[in-house]
Amino acid sequence: MSFYELIKSIKSIKFGVLSPEEIRKMSVVNIVTADTYDEDGIPIEAGLMDRRLGTIEPGQKCQTCGNRVGQCPGHFGHIELARPVVHPGFAKLVYNLLKSTCWNCGRILLTKEEVEKYTLLMEKYQKKWPQLRLRLAERVIRRASKNTECPHCGEAQYKLKFEKPTTYYEEHKEGTVKLAPNEIRSRLERITDSDVKLMGLDPRIARPEWMVLTVLPVPPSAVRPSITLESGIRSEDDLTHKLVDIIRINERLKDNVDAGAPQLIIEDLWELLQYHVTTYFDNETSGIPPARHRSGRPLRTLAQRLKGKEGRFRSNLSGKRVDFSARTVISPDPIISINEVGVPIDVAKLLTIPERINPYNMDQVKRLIENGPDVHPGANYIIRPDGRRIDLRFPKDRKAIADAVEIGYIVERHLKDGDIVLFNRQPSLHRMSIMAHKVRVLPYKTFRLNLCVCPPYNADFDGDEMNLHVPQSEEARAEAGVLMLVQEQILSPRYGGPIMGGIQDYISGAYMLTRKGTMLTREEASQLLARAGYTGELPPPEISEPKELWTGKQLASLFFPKGFNYSLKSNVCLKCPTCKKEECENDAYVVIRDGKLIKGVIDKKSIGAGQPESVLHRLIKDYGTDAGRDYIDRAFKLFLAYIDSRGLTIGLDDEELPAEAKRKVLEVIRQAEAKVSELIDIYNQGLLERLAGRTLEETLETKIMQELEEARELAGEIASQYLKESNTALLMARTGARGSLMNLAHMVACVGQQSVRGERIMRGYMNRTLPHFKPGDLGAEAHGFVYSSYKDKLNPIEFFFHAMGGREGLVDTAVRTSQSGYMQRRLINALQDVRVEYDLTVRGTDGSIIQFRYGEDGVDPAKSDHGKAVNVEKIIERVVKAGGS
Amino acid sequence: MGKFDLLKHELVPQFRIMTKEEIEQLRKNLGVRKEDLPWMLKSDPVSKAIGAKPGDVVEIIRKSPVAGKSVAYRYVVPG
Ligand SMILES: [Mg+2]
Ligand SMILES: [Zn+2]
Ligand SMILES: [Zn+2]
Ligand SMILES: [Zn+2]
Repeated sequence: MSFYELIKSIKSIKFGVLSPEEIRKMSVVNIVTADTYDEDGIPIEAGLMDRRLGTIEPGQKCQTCGNRVGQCPGHFGHIELARPVVHPGFAKLVYNLLKSTCWNCGRILLTKEEVEKYTLLMEKYQKKWPQLRLRLAERVIRRASKNTECPHCGEAQYKLKFEKPTTYYEEHKEGTVKLAPNEIRSRLERITDSDVKLMGLDPRIARPEWMVLTVLPVPPSAVRPSITLESGIRSEDDLTHKLVDIIRINERLKDNVDAGAPQLIIEDLWELLQYHVTTYFDNETSGIPPARHRSGRPLRTLAQRLKGKEGRFRSNLSGKRVDFSARTVISPDPIISINEVGVPIDVAKLLTIPERINPYNMDQVKRLIENGPDVHPGANYIIRPDGRRIDLRFPKDRKAIADAVEIGYIVERHLKDGDIVLFNRQPSLHRMSIMAHKVRVLPYKTFRLNLCVCPPYNADFDGDEMNLHVPQSEEARAEAGVLMLVQEQILSPRYGGPIMGGIQDYISGAYMLTRKGTMLTREEASQLLARAGYTGELPPPEISEPKELWTGKQLASLFFPKGFNYSLKSNVCLKCPTCKKEECENDAYVVIRDGKLIKGVIDKKSIGAGQPESVLHRLIKDYGTDAGRDYIDRAFKLFLAYIDSRGLTIGLDDEELPAEAKRKVLEVIRQAEAKVSELIDIYNQGLLERLAGRTLEETLETKIMQELEEARELAGEIASQYLKESNTALLMARTGARGSLMNLAHMVACVGQQSVRGERIMRGYMNRTLPHFKPGDLGAEAHGFVYSSYKDKLNPIEFFFHAMGGREGLVDTAVRTSQSGYMQRRLINALQDVRVEYDLTVRGTDGSIIQFRYGEDGVDPAKSDHGKAVNVEKIIERVVKAGGS
Repeated sequence: MGKFDLLKHELVPQFRIMTKEEIEQLRKNLGVRKEDLPWMLKSDPVSKAIGAKPGDVVEIIRKSPVAGKSVAYRYVVPG
């Protein structure tokens, strides 16, 4: 029989409750002894480690099925409980069943007509809307439990109270009476099958009385293996410990019942048995203390094995561990392509790809085998057609082995340049967190990646580690290469723009190269272009007399495709009320015509990561991902080459303001302070006008904050006016490479208001923030306004307020990440198998429809123009321009 | 307050109970059972307003910021 004939498909799964008979039938031994092993370490008969429960020691044959360790599936035993106990998992359901049925005759508390009506409805639901069955059952139960008199036998019904986890009280006139589990069980037994159906259960597989246990299954020993410590002491599993407790109490209860002990003692033991059974199922049941190990550690019982992050589901089923993977620290490499990943040679020698030998690769593969596991392009294993593996670590004469291999053998060869691998950085929040890269085997011990792929991974190099996976089949590699390759992921479904692109020095470099005044000699230009891998002709120089000089724009133009037209406002644009476009004196309007950079500087808006409607975006959309990758790989190197040749740094001088500017800043702040105290005066005189929806105090706060914020902004503006054009921090802020004008203002002019929870700092002592101030002081200084700039120094009070504001930021990030992580988990669980079909409907796994057209418009945001299906304006512009010229 | 017609509110899209033939056509086009369409309760205010009963299919035409106009369908279930 072939493997495929053996495969059966699952049509449906039905969950039920084990009946006592079933438990006994599947049991191989009735367990009566609480002990496990005798003095010689032999399992005791009818004990918790009875041999019949399955072998766990290697070499032994199972007493039940005769199999050895790997084959024996383990076998259940059982414990006959001296008295029934409620199954804690069904306690709520038992309560519902009890309160909607008659304690006397056991019928559901509904009139004949109602029963008929609901039976009919239930049948209809079963056929048409099986998903709604439970809701109907809920309705039935709610309805029935309202009845205070049995419509069948006329008996008055007592009010039932349920106390978590497993206790039920009945309110009689004489007082409340506790219901014993055996009473509960006999009441449940009286419920008819048809009434059971009405309450949403299938009596064939879930009779209500089965929810009160009379027999407890004992799981096979393989489920709760005992471990032998080095000292030879045996240590039992938590479940075994719990079962020991259950058996002990059970035996004592049995003895007491047999001896005719007083009811009180029996009831105590009975309750204890209930406690042990409850904690055996779930040791975190609310309302009862958790059962503890001798050391005081709470026991890990059945529910704890399944629940939560370390539980069976999340840890073992959704979180499987894999082979053919590697993890190490990442570091940057601006030389390799964005499609590549640098793999340390040591890793490359450990990760393998199975390659089937054929006439065409025979010679190469033989060389790999000769090299063996320790020399790089080598191989670790040979797999013969019969499945035997030959380990290449041990044989002395690998040459002989290499000569012996034949077509059809499989060789597990080392990773080599060009192999497709998957590269991943956690947290994997979007699809660009796992991308396919081509291997570049490199020396040293870190994974190397191109800087332009930092944004999608959100990676930096302060010690980040990343994972690498090697797909093992041709199909997997082909699929990864076509769908997941980095260049296919440049356009993000998040922005409708490129998520990869220039960052930091790429942008500074591009700006410095392309700005007005960058003139390069033949030697300089050749040098730069060589680094970018440009092999074509040098264009005619912009200036030929007295010396040949090329502009940076000329060099940057060499990497645009011919016929490429685009124009946009750059990041350095001052956002003048009316843009002069091509005539912009700041060179802030970028014009690319026929692949030539005519006007404007290249900066963040043109090549930046995450910039929609940028030059990069247009390039990739119009010329494809190959062109996009090629542009990033080559042109970006030119920008780096230029910044390398110039150097870019900031120093203390860049934060220095001329005396005049300092005076002006000081004046602005002093004016603001005066205004603040004026506001406070008005407030104290009771003349402040209340803003709509605010209290007087809030009004004052808002006005003060406004005033101080304005002052800080003004100070920043003054500062940036006085900064020299050569200021590199300013350059970086303007081009969007790094930092903002606000950061700069903080450094040179004034740090400004510190806040906690969006308000000025109010906490601390009674009516004041620090003992340095008078109680009730509402002034700027007393509530976290930092007058100084970072360069000047913060005084101790300012420093303290600054630390308060800073701490809030840190706490916020920590809280936000955990919250968004939880949300992400739930969203992924809810949406993981939703997909878009070829008819553009969005459907679940069962073919049910979720959306009739994906996103209502059927547009793939990654292939869209900033969210829109087409960018009409750009098309018109292109057509008009093309026609006009 | 006077009588409020929720169907006239500007945020409530157009609802219409479909005919048997239309439902059949829709089922064919999508290749689904009625039960595979998204559901809508009989007790939904709109169901009450337009008098939809379990088993009906309701056509909803909405204004959409991305698609201009979008059409959706709901299968009415009891509850
Ligand atoms: Mg980091
Ligand atoms: Zn066995
Ligand atoms: Zn009755
Ligand atoms: Zn401008």
